[in-house]
Amino acid sequence: MAHAEGQQHPLSVYIKVWVLLFVLSTFSYMVDYMHLEGYLRWSLILLFMFLKAGFIIAVFMHIKWERWALSFAICTPPVVLLVFIGIMVIESDYTFLTRNLFFGTGS
Amino acid sequence: MAPQDTSTAVAQPGDLKPGLTGLTEDWSSDQRTFKNVPWGKAMMWIFLLSDTFIFSCFLISYMTVRMSTAVAWPPVSEVFSLSFGGEPIPLILIAIMTFILITSSGTMVLAVNYGYRKDRKKTALLLIITALFGASFVGMQAFEWTKLIVEEGVRPWGNPMGASQFGSAFFMITGFHGFHVSVGVLFLVLIARKVWRGDYDIEKKGFFTSRKGNYEIVETMGLYWHFVDLVWVFIFAFFYLW
Repeated sequence: MAHAEGQQHPLSVYIKVWVLLFVLSTFSYMVDYMHLEGYLRWSLILLFMFLKAGFIIAVFMHIKWERWALSFAICTPPVVLLVFIGIMVIESDYTFLTRNLFFGTGS
Repeated sequence: MAPQDTSTAVAQPGDLKPGLTGLTEDWSSDQRTFKNVPWGKAMMWIFLLSDTFIFSCFLISYMTVRMSTAVAWPPVSEVFSLSFGGEPIPLILIAIMTFILITSSGTMVLAVNYGYRKDRKKTALLLIITALFGASFVGMQAFEWTKLIVEEGVRPWGNPMGASQFGSAFFMITGFHGFHVSVGVLFLVLIARKVWRGDYDIEKKGFFTSRKGNYEIVETMGLYWHFVDLVWVFIFAFFYLW
């Protein structure tokens, strides 16, 4: 049982993920280099970002092999950040609107 | 479990159920919630969770100022471009820094693996390589800061290229991340030294904690280092690619 000694896994898993991270980083750099714009740019950036983050957390940080008691304690609290992001998006839209009304700058 | 069991002795792997049943049983059980997880690793995870919220606060405040500014944001792709005698290549330094950090994550994961195989020399060597990659990352960041402050005239309160919030967001986010990398390098060197001396083979007691050290510390160190890489993934996407 690997868990009694600690997290021991075959090196090949790590090497594969390592290569994959390089490929994904190159892809996300290419998004900027190719000057992709709009929704395509954003969906690709977010896709590569979440894939990279997911592989780092799951394999490099061993969450994939941890017991659910630990992985749930780690992975569920950050979900509330989505609420925070939502609140701040509404707030910044409002600030932007009032700034434009007040200063009449527009952009 | 027999009463004389210490906290390090946990239920046999056979007793622990996987999945959702295991989750509810672990959380409702006596003594430890995180079965088969060394205390140091559990504490590191909780620290990293708190750090997640700190970095999230930085990134969310950056999002807020960027979305609410009526002045155009500086063209990030051009600001961070670098020319090697020819046409400036956009974001090239940031791309190199990204690859360096990923490489260091790879050497770290190998160090953890060789640590559990009790391969003292390879573990120490890989930790030192990881530290060197980390140090070069910080060096490049110092170069980037210098270029931005001296040549581009970026200040926390303003810059010649656009929205004045750019400087404060940039210095706070990358500065805090660079500080994490620097602290990581320091601890990598300290742990590499202990591994090299063989402290974890004889379970020598730590200087501060007086607790027996073993190769699990390398994995705990690895968690921190991968987290630093993880944060960079988000900074790269939101700050440099937006």
